[in-house]
Amino acid sequence: MNRFAIPLGVFALLVVVLAIGIKHSSNLGVIVSPLLGKPAPEFALPSLTDSTHIVKSSDLRGRWYIFNVWGTWCGGCRQEHSVLLEMRQADVVPIIGLDWKDKADEALSLLQQLGNPYEIVAVDKDGREAIEWGVYGAPETFLVNDQGVVVYKYIGPLTHEAWEKEFLPRLPPKQGAARAQEAAKS
Amino acid sequence: MMRRWALALTAMAAVFALFATAAYAVDPTQMPTPELQKRYLGLTHELRCMQCQNEAIADSPVDLAADLRRQVHDMLLAGKTDEDVRNFMVARYGEFILFRPRMSVRTAWLWLAPGVLILVGAFVAVRIVQQRSALVTQDNEPLEEDIRS
Repeated sequence: MNRFAIPLGVFALLVVVLAIGIKHSSNLGVIVSPLLGKPAPEFALPSLTDSTHIVKSSDLRGRWYIFNVWGTWCGGCRQEHSVLLEMRQADVVPIIGLDWKDKADEALSLLQQLGNPYEIVAVDKDGREAIEWGVYGAPETFLVNDQGVVVYKYIGPLTHEAWEKEFLPRLPPKQGAARAQEAAKS
Repeated sequence: MMRRWALALTAMAAVFALFATAAYAVDPTQMPTPELQKRYLGLTHELRCMQCQNEAIADSPVDLAADLRRQVHDMLLAGKTDEDVRNFMVARYGEFILFRPRMSVRTAWLWLAPGVLILVGAFVAVRIVQQRSALVTQDNEPLEEDIRS
């Protein structure tokens, strides 16, 4: 019995270590943002629809908002577009767009064709703002609270499930699920 | 015969030269001083291209890698230290962007594990040797009894 105690113990330890490894590997490719729980980057960028208007992060303070990084060159963004429109329809939280390294005329015509889910779109022509947010591949979507703190980050094309399971429950009650239900009823 | 070899070698050299220029084309950045150039190359080789993940930003043709190289370039020109650049990147992209993870509470086991494993191995080895040598003396006793009887 004692002869097997140590090898068995080592084996059990190995199983635990590997199990932890496997459990975490499902998130492989999704990198946890160090921005979570930290203040969102400050920005002041020209608006897509009116380049003389500057979109400022300070103007957003006091409201929850969704910060969605996209571009017309990005296939996943096209894929999530209908979900964004649905989120806009729910009218629960404003969506701020960041048009990442894109051509303004193409971005505008895409929004015209497919519909515009954004309250306002900030333009990041040279990609510097995306670096501030730690963006490494569009689409990426952040949820920022009324204190200007990043609450959640979603990587990849948004889905209806992600909206219901990840975003709505994180929103304050009067903005979140309750209002979404009201919107669904009416 | 000799001439054919020479021809083959020249052709090979030409092909290699082609590839060599292609490799350099990824990042043609030149820093103003050799010292800055050295630091720039060092940093761009130790920062991960987050999009391709197994390539350094120095070697990646991806757009984002070019943006991050520009960031390194600008920060070095602005007089930032290498550690400033690393901290900037880690604050935005996380520890994962560093190919060489830094010593911290979370990564300490990476450095400590080999030492711990060697100690465990040494302990086990010593114990086995002790047990074996104990077995030898035990074996001798009945033998002496055998002789006596």
